[in-house]
Amino acid sequence: MQIVQRRPGLPGWAGAGGVLPILAILVVLLILVTVRQPDFLAPASLMSFLGRSAPIILLAAGQYFVIVSGEFDLSVGALVTAQVVVAARIIDSDPTRTWPAVLVLLGGGALVGLVNGLITTRLRVPSFITTLGMFLILVGAVYLWSNGAPKGGFSEEFRQFGRRAVEGVPVLGRVPYSLMVLLVLAALAVLLTRSDFGRILIAVGDNPRTARLSGVRVRRVRTIAFILSGLAAAVAAILIGGYSGVSFQAGAGLEFGSITAVVLGGVALGGGRGSVVGAMLGAVTLELLFALMNFYGVSGALRPTVQGAIILFAVAVATRRSSSR
Amino acid sequence: MTAPALRSARRSARRSVPGVFVALALTLLAGWLVVAIDGGQLFNQATTVSLLHVAAGLGLVAVGQTLVVLGGSLDLSVAYVVSLSTLVAAETMNGRDSGLLPGIGLALAVSAAIGLFNGLLVTRLRINAFIATLGVGLLLKGYLDNGYDGPAGSTSPALVQTLGYQRVGPVPVSFLLLIAVTGACWFVLSRTRFGHHLVAVGGDPQVARLSGVRNDRVLVTAHVICALCAGLAGIYLASRLGSGAPRVGTEGLYDLESIAAVVIGGTALAGGRGGVIGTVGGVLLLASIDAIFNQLEVDAFFKQVIRGAVIIVAVAVYARRTLRKAAW
Amino acid sequence: MVDRRPASLLALRGISKSFLGTRVLDGVDLDVAPGEVHAVVGENGAGKSTLMKIVSGGYAPDEGSVEFAGRRCVFAGPRDAQRAGIGIIHQEFNLLPERTVAENVFLGHEPLRRGLVDRRQMRGRTERLLASVGERALPVDTPVGRLGVAQQQVVEIVKALALDARLLIMDEPTAALADHEVELLYRLVRRLQDQGIGLLYVSHRLTEVFDLSSRITVVKDGRRVDTLRTADTTAEELVRLMVGREMSTLYPDRAGAGDGAVRLAVRGGGNRKLRDIDLQLRAGEVLGVGGLQGSGRSALARALFGAVPFTTGEVTLDGVPVRLRSPRSATRAGIAYVTEDRKGEGIVARQSVLDNALLAVRAVPGGRAARVRELLAAVDVRAAGEDQEIRFLSGGNQQKVVLARWLAVDPVVLLFDEPTRGIDVGARSAIHHLVRRLARDGAAVLMISSDLPELIGMSDRMIVMRDGRVAGELPAGATEPDVLALAVGTGRETPA
Repeated sequence: MQIVQRRPGLPGWAGAGGVLPILAILVVLLILVTVRQPDFLAPASLMSFLGRSAPIILLAAGQYFVIVSGEFDLSVGALVTAQVVVAARIIDSDPTRTWPAVLVLLGGGALVGLVNGLITTRLRVPSFITTLGMFLILVGAVYLWSNGAPKGGFSEEFRQFGRRAVEGVPVLGRVPYSLMVLLVLAALAVLLTRSDFGRILIAVGDNPRTARLSGVRVRRVRTIAFILSGLAAAVAAILIGGYSGVSFQAGAGLEFGSITAVVLGGVALGGGRGSVVGAMLGAVTLELLFALMNFYGVSGALRPTVQGAIILFAVAVATRRSSSR
Repeated sequence: MTAPALRSARRSARRSVPGVFVALALTLLAGWLVVAIDGGQLFNQATTVSLLHVAAGLGLVAVGQTLVVLGGSLDLSVAYVVSLSTLVAAETMNGRDSGLLPGIGLALAVSAAIGLFNGLLVTRLRINAFIATLGVGLLLKGYLDNGYDGPAGSTSPALVQTLGYQRVGPVPVSFLLLIAVTGACWFVLSRTRFGHHLVAVGGDPQVARLSGVRNDRVLVTAHVICALCAGLAGIYLASRLGSGAPRVGTEGLYDLESIAAVVIGGTALAGGRGGVIGTVGGVLLLASIDAIFNQLEVDAFFKQVIRGAVIIVAVAVYARRTLRKAAW
Repeated sequence: MVDRRPASLLALRGISKSFLGTRVLDGVDLDVAPGEVHAVVGENGAGKSTLMKIVSGGYAPDEGSVEFAGRRCVFAGPRDAQRAGIGIIHQEFNLLPERTVAENVFLGHEPLRRGLVDRRQMRGRTERLLASVGERALPVDTPVGRLGVAQQQVVEIVKALALDARLLIMDEPTAALADHEVELLYRLVRRLQDQGIGLLYVSHRLTEVFDLSSRITVVKDGRRVDTLRTADTTAEELVRLMVGREMSTLYPDRAGAGDGAVRLAVRGGGNRKLRDIDLQLRAGEVLGVGGLQGSGRSALARALFGAVPFTTGEVTLDGVPVRLRSPRSATRAGIAYVTEDRKGEGIVARQSVLDNALLAVRAVPGGRAARVRELLAAVDVRAAGEDQEIRFLSGGNQQKVVLARWLAVDPVVLLFDEPTRGIDVGARSAIHHLVRRLARDGAAVLMISSDLPELIGMSDRMIVMRDGRVAGELPAGATEPDVLALAVGTGRETPA
C-alpha cells in the first residue's frame, strides 16, 4: 500500500469520536470535585470511590458491546436485582454454596442475554421492546419467587468481592477486591474489542448489509453482544450484593446509568462507532458527576434528570455533527 | 415503493381491527369458563365496572400513543406525563371545587408543553423518537422522585365524584370519556387533512413530502395530542385516587402497555397503518386478561411476568416490520 | 409555406448539466406538442434520467431554458413543476400501499368542505378522473397495496391528473407490467392523448416506442443525437444511433477461447426475478454480463452469491452440487462478490482501511490475515495509512480495498457488479488489469457492466440479460449494437 502523506493526527484509538473528549470532561470534573472536597484525591477515598464504581463501569462495558452493534439492552438493571436476590436465596448464608452461586449467576446472566439476543435477532422485535419486556419479566419473576420479601443471605466468601480489600499496599493503601476484578475484566474487554470479534461487531453496527455480504453471521454476532451484557450484569450483581446486601432496589436505574455512561463516552447510539475504554471512562465520569452533586447537597433523586439531560444533549450534538459532514 | 414491494404490501393490507375483537371475545369466553370452574364469576357488576375503569385509564394513554405510532414515531415518556399530570391537577385543585377548571387546564397545558418538547426533539434535532422520549422521561423521573415522596395534593370532590366514580348503569363515566376521546381521534384521523397527512408520514415520509405534506408540523402536532391524552388520563387517575401520585404512571406500566395495546389493536409499529378503534380493542383485551387474573387471584408478581411476556409476544407477532430509523 | 408545426407544450433549449465536474447533459433541445407522445431512448447512463429530473423540477439546469405552455419556467422543486402542470410517473411508484386509491390520488391536497376532508368529493373526483382515462372499473376505496401493478400505475397517472397535469413524463412504464397489461397502458396513453396531454415516453422497449410515439429523440453521452419521426426510422437505425463509439481506451489483452475447467455452473436457475438461467463460469475466463437496468444482472450475481438465492434449478461448484443459501455459505465455498453499491454494501465507512480489508477473513475461518497487508500493497491502495477511515479514500481506492478483502479468502469465483462505476480513469485501468490478472491466475470471473466499451473490451465471452433471462450469448469482439440489440430485444437471439 502506498502511503501518500501522513495525516497529522492522533493514533486511531484516540481520534475524533474517540477518548479525548471524555478524558477532558473527566479531568474537568476531577478538578471541580477536588476543589469542593480536597481530600477526594487521597488514596483511601480514591480507591474507595473506584471500588464502588466498579459495577457501573462493568455494566457500561457490557452495554458498549450491545450498543456498538446497533441495539439496546434495557434489562441490565432488573437483571442485577434478580441476580442479587437469587444469589442470597441460593447461598442462604452457607459458605460452601458460594461458588455454585457464582456459577449460577454467570450462567443465568448469559442465558438472559441469549434470550434477549434470540428474540431481537430471530423474532425481529426491536431491542428496546425486547429488553424492556425482559425487564418486566425479571422483576416480576424475582418478586414472585421471593413472595415479595428477599430471603436468605450472603456468605462472607461471597461478600468479599464487593466489600473486602487488599490492605497495606504501598502508596495506595487499601485496594478493594472489586477494583482488581474491574481491572482484570476491563483489560479483557479491551482485548476483546481488539480481537476479530470486536472488529466485526463494530462493522455490524456501522453497516450490517456490508457485513452480511462479507460473510459475517450478523445475527449471531449481535446475540453474543447481548450475552456479554448479561455476563457483565452478573459480575456487577456479585459486587453490588457484596457491598450493599440484598434488596429489591439493588439494580434500580442501572440500565439508564449504563446507557448514559456509554453515550458520555462517545459511543454513537446507532452503533458502529466508539470504544469500550470511552464507555468505561464515561461511567467513571458519571460517578464523579454524581459525587459532585452529593457534595453540593443535590438530592440523589435528581440523578435520572441529569442522565436524561446528558443523553439528550449528547445525542443532539452527535446528530448535528454527523449531519453537517 | 417499487411495484413488487407494493404487491407484497397487498398481503399485509388486511384490516386487522376485526381480528383484535375476535381475540377479545375468545379471551372473555375462555376466561369466563376458567373463572367459573374456579368457582368465581367473571361478569358480575363489580368486575365489569373494575375492568372498564382499568380500560379507561390505559385507553386514554393508548389512544394518544396510537396517533404518534401512526406517524412513525413513539412516546416513551407517557408514564411520567401521567404521574406529573395527577400531581399538577391535584395540587392546583387543592381540594376545592373552584380549583377544578384551573387544575384541569394547568395539567393539560403542562402535558401539551411536554408533548411539544418531544415533537421538537424528534423533528428539529432529528433525535430518534425512542431515545428522545426516553430522555424526556428521565428528566421527568428525576423531578418527580426528587420533589415527591408520596401522594400529594387533593382532587376536587366534584371531579372525584363524577369522573372517578359515577356510572351510567355498569359503565363508568370515565369509560364514556374514553369513548368520546376515541371518537374525536377517529374523526381527526378520518376527516381532517392533518389525519390523512399523519398516516402518510408514517407510511412513507418521502412520498408524503413529495406530495407537499409538512412532515415536521404533522409530527409535532401528533406528539402534542399524545401528551394531552396522557395528561387527561392523569386527571382521571387523580379523580380516582383523590390525590396526585408520583409513581402511578410507572407502576401502571402505562408506557409499555399503551404500546402493546396499540400493536395488538392492529397499528403497525413502523407507522402508516391502523387506527384508534383497534387500540381500544387492544386495551379491552389487556384489561380483560387483568380482570381474569384478578378473579383467579393470581399472584400479583406472576401477573407482572405475564405482562412482560405479553408485550414481547404482541410485538413479535403483530409488528413484523422493524422500526425504521427517523427518515424525515 | 405555412409552418404547420403545432405550438409546443414543452420546449427545452440548450439544456446542460454537470455533476462534480462531469458533464452529464450537453446542450439538449427537445420539444413536445400537446397530445403528442414523444419517446426518448438511449442506453444506460446516457443522461435520460437527469433530463427528466430537470423537466420535472428535481434538478435545475446549469444552462439552457425550460418553456412550458409558452412560459419560461424555473422550478424550485418537484412541487413547483407539479403545480405548473408537469407530472412524472417514476418506475418506482410514489404510493402509500395502506391507503385507498382516492386517498393516494388526493394526498396533500385533499378537498375540503367546511374545513373537513370531503370524502365524497374525493371519491367522486377520483372516479371521474378514472373514467376520463377509461378505467371506470377501478374501485376507489381499495387500499392501493391490494391492486395489481398495472392498476397501481393507473393510480399514479390519475394522481398526476388530479393536479391538472398537461405534460406527463413516463419513465420505463412497462418495465413491471405483464404482457396483457401493456395493452391496457396503450389504451390509457391514447385516452391521455385525446385530452391533449403531452407525453414524454422514456423506454428501451422499442416495440412500444414504435407503437405509440410520433417522434423519437435519441440521447447518447449527454447529447441529443437526433430527433426522428417514428414513421421515418427503424429499430436498427435507432440502435446504431444509441451506441457506436470509437474504442479509445486500451484494455488488457483478452485470453483465448475458454477451455478452462468449469468452476461454477447453473442449470434451470430461477427465483422471483430470474428465469431459466443456464450458465457456466470457466477458470481463466472473464464472462461479461450486459443488459439494461432492471434486466436481472445484479439479481443474477446475488443469486450466485446466495444473497438472494435461486429457488429452482441446480448449481454446481467444480461439478459438485451446492446449496448457496447465504453469503456466508458462498464465501466459504470460495465465491466472492464485489457489489454495485460500494457505499451501501461494499465498505464499512467509518472503519479503517485495514479493518475493511480484514472483514471477510475475520468473518470466515481459514483466511490468512497476514496476507492482507501484502494484498493491499499488491492492489496498490493509495491511502494515508492503513488506519485511515476508508470513507476518506477515493472511489477507486475503496474498490481496491474491497478487492483485497476478497482476495484474502482465496476465492475461486469472483463476481463483479459494475466494478468501475464512479471511479476515475486512472483507477479504472488499474482495476481492469487486476481483473485480467485474476483470471490469468485461474479464477473464474463474472463481470457486470453498463459501460459497453468496457464490457466488450474486458470480456472473453458475453451474455446479455433481458427481463430476468439470458437473452443471448456473444463471442469476444462482438460490437456494441450486437449487445444492445439483444438487450432491447430487436436482435436475433444467438443459439447458445
